[in-house]
Amino acid sequence: MVNTILSIALGIMLLSIILSLIRFVKGPCYTDRVIAFDVMTISSLAIIAGVAYLTGRIIYLDIAMVYGILSFIGVLIVARYLEKGL
Amino acid sequence: MEILAIIGAFITLIGSIFLLLGSIGLLRMPDCFNRIQAGTKASTLGTILSFTGILLIMPGWWGKLLILIISVIITNPVSSHVLARASHYIKVPLTKATLVNKYEEDEKYIPVEDQKTEEE
Repeated sequence: MVNTILSIALGIMLLSIILSLIRFVKGPCYTDRVIAFDVMTISSLAIIAGVAYLTGRIIYLDIAMVYGILSFIGVLIVARYLEKGL
Repeated sequence: MEILAIIGAFITLIGSIFLLLGSIGLLRMPDCFNRIQAGTKASTLGTILSFTGILLIMPGWWGKLLILIISVIITNPVSSHVLARASHYIKVPLTKATLVNKYEEDEKYIPVEDQKTEEE
């Protein structure tokens, strides 16, 4: 029961990643691409947490932490570059 | 214990639906600022709901999941604000349905570092 509902939830998250990939490809301005990348990363954080339950390994949550921090720093660096601060 | 796990699974399902709504808003919104608004807020709520559902399913993992929830709450609005500020700085065009734009009167928008150099 729980595994079935979690598998459906993981499928919906994967669909949201695919939908934001379309915006990542055809976005007209720079910040569209950056925000699509941010949404893709945030969705994959939730996917990693679901996979960590389905395989029963707590060590995958560490990967989610490092991935979230790397995404945050990447967005900050791109925004700083657009403001001509780098 | 079993009922708590099923409630957690449904909360994770609601969170994934919020993530899907966020990416649909990312596709359909007409403007760059609207896309920032739709994408970031909905994805923040969806991720927090997903982590809360996993927390209800596996209560032994509360430490790392709490750290993840707090880091998402702190870092995601900050990145949204930084992106909105940068896209205002590079003068991204607004949509035609805009009614009020207070920054249009503000032609002399100068960031803080340039003000110092002009005074010297």
